Amino acid sequence: MTEQPQFTISVDQNKYLAVGHTEVHAILTVEAKGPAVAAPTTQAAEVIIVDTSGSMSYGKIAEARKAAQAAVDTLRDGVHFAIVAGTANAHMVYPPDRRLLPSNPQTRQAAKEAIGRLQADGGTAMGRWLRLAADLFETVPGAIKHAILLTDGKNEHQSAEEFDADLAYCTGKFVCDCRGVGDAWVVAELRKVGSTLLGSVMDIADPKDLEADFRAMTQAAMGKAVADVALRIWTPQNATMTYIKQVSPALEDLTARGTPSGPQARDYPTGSWGSETREYHICVQVPPGVVGQEMRAAWVKLVVPETGEQLAAGNVLAQWSDDYAQSTRINPKVAHYTGQAELAALIQDGLQARKEGDLELATARLGRARGLAEQAGNGETARLLDKVIDFDPETGTARLKPNVEKAAEIALDTRSVRTVRMRKESEA
Amino acid sequence: MTAEMTATCPHCAYPVLQDETFCEECGRAIHAGTPGACASCGAGASEVGADGYCGRCGVRQPAPRDHLEVETGSAAGVSDRGLRHSRNEDSMALMEVDEYVTVGVVCDGVSSSPRPDNGSQAAAETGAATLVKELRAGAGHVEATRAAVARAAEAIAALGTYEDAPACTYVSAIVAPGRVTIGWVGDSRAYWLGPRPVRLTSDDATETGMLTAWLGADAGEVIPQVSTFEPDTPGVVLVCSDGLWNYLPTAEEMAAAAPGAATAPLATAQALVRHALESGGRDNITVLVIPYGRGSAIQ
Repeated sequence: MTEQPQFTISVDQNKYLAVGHTEVHAILTVEAKGPAVAAPTTQAAEVIIVDTSGSMSYGKIAEARKAAQAAVDTLRDGVHFAIVAGTANAHMVYPPDRRLLPSNPQTRQAAKEAIGRLQADGGTAMGRWLRLAADLFETVPGAIKHAILLTDGKNEHQSAEEFDADLAYCTGKFVCDCRGVGDAWVVAELRKVGSTLLGSVMDIADPKDLEADFRAMTQAAMGKAVADVALRIWTPQNATMTYIKQVSPALEDLTARGTPSGPQARDYPTGSWGSETREYHICVQVPPGVVGQEMRAAWVKLVVPETGEQLAAGNVLAQWSDDYAQSTRINPKVAHYTGQAELAALIQDGLQARKEGDLELATARLGRARGLAEQAGNGETARLLDKVIDFDPETGTARLKPNVEKAAEIALDTRSVRTVRMRKESEA
Repeated sequence: MTAEMTATCPHCAYPVLQDETFCEECGRAIHAGTPGACASCGAGASEVGADGYCGRCGVRQPAPRDHLEVETGSAAGVSDRGLRHSRNEDSMALMEVDEYVTVGVVCDGVSSSPRPDNGSQAAAETGAATLVKELRAGAGHVEATRAAVARAAEAIAALGTYEDAPACTYVSAIVAPGRVTIGWVGDSRAYWLGPRPVRLTSDDATETGMLTAWLGADAGEVIPQVSTFEPDTPGVVLVCSDGLWNYLPTAEEMAAAAPGAATAPLATAQALVRHALESGGRDNITVLVIPYGRGSAIQ
């Protein structure tokens, strides 16, 4: 067991409800403290997907080559890997045939040479690239499977239906981190991939930053020690899971992903884990209770569904009280993440309104977001908002900037889902 | 079909109809179908986890101490968690010394102290046992009362240290032919309910309700207050914690709320607990009802 991280779940909530109230909120902090280096016995697999469409020519393809080579250098010996090039179809770069090869100095060198010969020429059909990755991963069933997807453009050489079908085909088969380079890619498309495949999405405005980012992503992937972990949540009879969403490090609504896993229980997939902390906001509607009565509103377990192994557990409680001082207190962590979710919604709504030409609504939403970002300690978000609006901190009024760089808008949209931890914690 | 109030809720003593499944007052199941079944939804014993939560409805099962009832000879007592506290930190003990003499002790654990529930239980049980032993050995009633307080104080002090001291109040009653003897430390009370009701204790507390005396390892030397009373009519000695008397502070109010105390002690204790619950149940509630003048012309 020493090879595996130790998991803990802690619950932050105010369990007291006023009589007649039935909505229970809690923040679950799931922490995995592990060995700094994943055990070499942990089987891992990595597929690096590089967009080689025509738009990648000039500087971008050169930086993408360097980035993919850096990622290959980071693979530890024995990791099964492959390099895929994406255009309107998916092509094997290394190895030349459709399979994964174990990483060693020779295969890494050969892969880097193959990557060095990549040329930009063709279309974009990301679903087909991901489908190939899914098929490659099928040869290593027990492994922790991770892919990196790099693109610079719109997914324009396949229909939305085919794209959705491809994503559905890949769901649950591997985790995919997505990177958009330049300013011609569509945030919503990559967000869909990241959400479905439980990975992150980031914008890389300058192709020169790709190399360091790929190296970091591969390192993080090599640090994952437990694959396919799920939150198993039991709720009382006649209760409703209003929502369960990841709120840190980034917002991700998991509510619709639950699958029944036992009496009154559902499993919500969370992908693979290394040494890390993630937080979740759970909201449950429970049947009403009487003053003094205590109820378990949710029993949260972290499990490996395949083996049934339980890694950690926590209780979300409800207790009815006629003391308003007790029941009206809002847990600071619940308040913090409620604010973070509101901030993300304001930014996304504001950018959408701006796209649709509703400048009044866009100004109102983005201005409010700017104020909230400042209060909540989202300095990075405030900085990104300042590239889109002029904000007067004295009066709190905002004005849309007449000319906004496309990259600034993409960065704001992409990073709107990234949250900050509570200020008190980060100072401590 | 006539619906008659033929029973009381096993959890809160509220009157319930024979065919009701759930108590109108506290919402808990009246008839636990099988032993160990969930007290709220009736799910079978196998559904109730070792941690006390029902696997079906999620409701935490009441602890045995949440609601206790005792009957000894003609006396009775009820202790209840109330509606606001998560556990019952009150304790009671009721014992017969012989066929004429009954003793009772009520202790109220101080919520701000550690493990007050364990502390109050040790004090009440030790106090009552000491009273019985001393009285059977021929001790005087005042002497026995003081000795019982001293032993109870030692018992609770033994559960902690000065820095980590469970604490509780204490009130005892010896109800014997011709004489009632009360001893107390803190703000738990005794009342005489007869033609002229009287409160028999004066609280060891400031006007704001802060205790000025208690039992516990941090209490120093405990000097109880002791009073004796020689009733000239039949009546009832009522011993209780502040979870009850806060809602019925004067002797007149207490007497008015307990009209049948002399003839139906258990029903009276249940009714008084119910009164406190209906008034908000802000604290643990414990009451002993000990009739005086047994065998005389009481109807």
